[in-house]
Amino acid sequence: MHKQVKISKGLNINLKGKPAHKIVDAPRSDKYVIKPTEFYGINPRLTVKPGDHVDAGNTLFYHKYNDRIKFTSPVSGTVEDIIRGEKRKILKIIIQADTTDTFKSFKTDKPEKLTKEQILNLLLDSGLFATIKQRPYDVIANPDDQPKAIFISLYDSAPLGVDYTFILKHKIKAFENGLKTVKKLTDGKVYLIVNGETVTDFHKISDVEIVKAFGPHPVGNVSVSIEQFEPIGKGDRIWTINPADVALIGDFFETGHYNPVRTIALAGSKVKEPMYYNIKTGADLSDFLKDKLTDDNVRIISGNVLTGSDITKDKTLNFYDNEISVIPLGNKNRFLGWMPFFAENRKSFYNFGLTSKELDLDANLFGEERAFVMNEEFEAVMPLDIYPVHLLKAALSGDVEKMEQLGILEVAPEDFALLDYISSSKIDTQEIIRKGLDIMQVEMG
Amino acid sequence: MKVLEKFFNKYEHLFLEGGKYEKYHPAYMALYTFMFTPAETTKKGAHIRDAVDLKRLMFVVVLALIPATIFGMWNVGYQYYHQAGTDFTNIDAFMYGFWKVLPMIIVSYVVGLGIEFYFAILRGHAVNEGYLVTGLLIPLIMPVSIPLWILALAVAFSVIIGKEVFGGTGMNIVNPALVARAFAFFAYPTFMSGNEVWIPKPEHADAYTGETILGALGQGQKIAHTWKDMFFGTIPGSIGETSVLMILIGAALLLFTKVASWRIMVSGFLGAALMAFIFNLWGANPLMQLPWWKHLLVGGLAFGIVFMATDPVTAAQTRKGKWIYGFFIGVFAILVRVFNPAYPEGVMLAILLMNVVAPTIDYYVVQANIKKRMKRLEKQTA
Repeated sequence: MHKQVKISKGLNINLKGKPAHKIVDAPRSDKYVIKPTEFYGINPRLTVKPGDHVDAGNTLFYHKYNDRIKFTSPVSGTVEDIIRGEKRKILKIIIQADTTDTFKSFKTDKPEKLTKEQILNLLLDSGLFATIKQRPYDVIANPDDQPKAIFISLYDSAPLGVDYTFILKHKIKAFENGLKTVKKLTDGKVYLIVNGETVTDFHKISDVEIVKAFGPHPVGNVSVSIEQFEPIGKGDRIWTINPADVALIGDFFETGHYNPVRTIALAGSKVKEPMYYNIKTGADLSDFLKDKLTDDNVRIISGNVLTGSDITKDKTLNFYDNEISVIPLGNKNRFLGWMPFFAENRKSFYNFGLTSKELDLDANLFGEERAFVMNEEFEAVMPLDIYPVHLLKAALSGDVEKMEQLGILEVAPEDFALLDYISSSKIDTQEIIRKGLDIMQVEMG
Repeated sequence: MKVLEKFFNKYEHLFLEGGKYEKYHPAYMALYTFMFTPAETTKKGAHIRDAVDLKRLMFVVVLALIPATIFGMWNVGYQYYHQAGTDFTNIDAFMYGFWKVLPMIIVSYVVGLGIEFYFAILRGHAVNEGYLVTGLLIPLIMPVSIPLWILALAVAFSVIIGKEVFGGTGMNIVNPALVARAFAFFAYPTFMSGNEVWIPKPEHADAYTGETILGALGQGQKIAHTWKDMFFGTIPGSIGETSVLMILIGAALLLFTKVASWRIMVSGFLGAALMAFIFNLWGANPLMQLPWWKHLLVGGLAFGIVFMATDPVTAAQTRKGKWIYGFFIGVFAILVRVFNPAYPEGVMLAILLMNVVAPTIDYYVVQANIKKRMKRLEKQTA
């Protein structure tokens, strides 16, 4: 009997530009960009300098406070430049790619034959350990921790979400191999969250706890299932991994090569033909995107429209993302745009019409930031057993004890993405939660 | 539209940093954003945002108040001509009331918005939209004969003491419109109660009976109004409060658009009905004997529960808390009504009281959540 998770609070936003079930190989990019700033909470220490040649899998930098956590090159090529920002903070490592890849060889084996320590070391050396995140705090896990359980969600319920059961269908061997590998990292269970409304081969995978998820977004977020099956107690660590990364791990242990080719969704109303592409992490997308968009006045997002990052300027595929979303920028003012009934409407304001019709939403903020007024609106899209306004206010005031009591250790910023969306006061709740988590991590050690 | 946009763009530099009128930037922005929703795109957090903002929310409430306002104007005229005993048409009645009520609305907005703009400029932050609603609510809960200078004073008191000292909309503890009414009620009681304030007094009226139903009952008098009068609103009272029908139309809009909480409305009426029913069983005075369902129709109860109790800032902020908050507003409104003849309308005091108690209700609701979490944490570590 499968486990089930059912929620009613939440919101499905039905956007235009869903990717067709079709996969095409994207041409190889000349340049690959690694952005250390993507790895939240990591202080990079470089091991390469401009002019160095690296193989795919060679270390580029490591975490200053834990040198076991390494970050490696996705391709073979020459380090072209290292871009720094204020206080010499490393922003980008740019690699000019060779025409074909040479790989650093790792001594991998079937996961059954390896010990936990061996697996950990291989993951750390290959840079794949960075794909494992931990709760609480939603940061890269600490390899010295003993995770209570591992959660993997195949169900991306976010707007224009990636259909992982589609993109991993041909990689199901690698995925299962990856599952076997990560299973060795915990004494607890590995949970695999699937869309309860569908039936796929992934529902039959044995040796893991299958969780069938029913309900609106954010039901696919791991937090919802964690709360139900493995609530986080004092000192507990839960690890979470994206399923595409599980397949990368499986592939790595099969071949001994770090070769992070992802099947990404190119989606959104500004994409001519939304579909899936095989493309490598860090790829510079400037050439790739050139003829694929309908016009230039767009917001390009690595990730989904709720939690992704703006890559309109630097156009590179981020490390954790399996999707590029492109929506209209919407940088125009609207005459009496606040008018109800006549001007543009986007949701739930009148409770219907949102799920049936495909919306073409842009990145306009639609108002100005204000103090909290509609205090209860958040509760309607927060399926977790927490009081969002109270938690947000505690986070704003940096009250560590209050934040812990109100459940900040159980959430990640992504769980607040819908709150950003519906907030009539235009409050950036994800950012507030991120800052709250940072304060907690510093205070709790 | 283009012309207007050009006009704004032309003068924008004067209000930007370094401009001649830099410190008036909040005022400029208030006017500009009223005409145009700005082109600003998302910088952090979710890339897409709902089209709802405070301007839209507040405007929906204003729309919801329109039926009660228009009816209120007509009723002022209707009551006047009825007392005067002259023939009149509906247009006459409306126009009479219109010219009585419009100055009140203008005074309320001019004084209130003036103070809001002043504070925004003083503090250099944006003008909040909250007063759009408050500005209309205040005249609607006043007797029509109130002198405009008292109205202006009450507005000033409510905006400054009721709201700005706490930091503006979103920070206030009690409903600003009710602060205005309470101020007028306690500072100038002769203008706020009695049998002469609810209807403009005709010059040559023989039998002048302008007492509200609750006022009459409080003095042990019989009432001549039928339930139909009470429901449709052809009775004396504050301008906006008399017609339950018009208030329900407004309520329907608020619920349809999810701007107001249905939990507060339902629990509020439930609390009032239950309390009135208990008093029916007791039946010691004419107010107690008034059938419970008539209690829901008279006075400011419906108006208070629909438009004032549901103010999201001053109401309880958790769903569970809202049930408790609304229920006790209903209970206390009837309780004050029946037990204290000095305050023939209890709903104002009931809401003010529950506004003050609301944070405490929330505290216990949230505390229950915290206790549950702490218990779980202890169990696991033990």
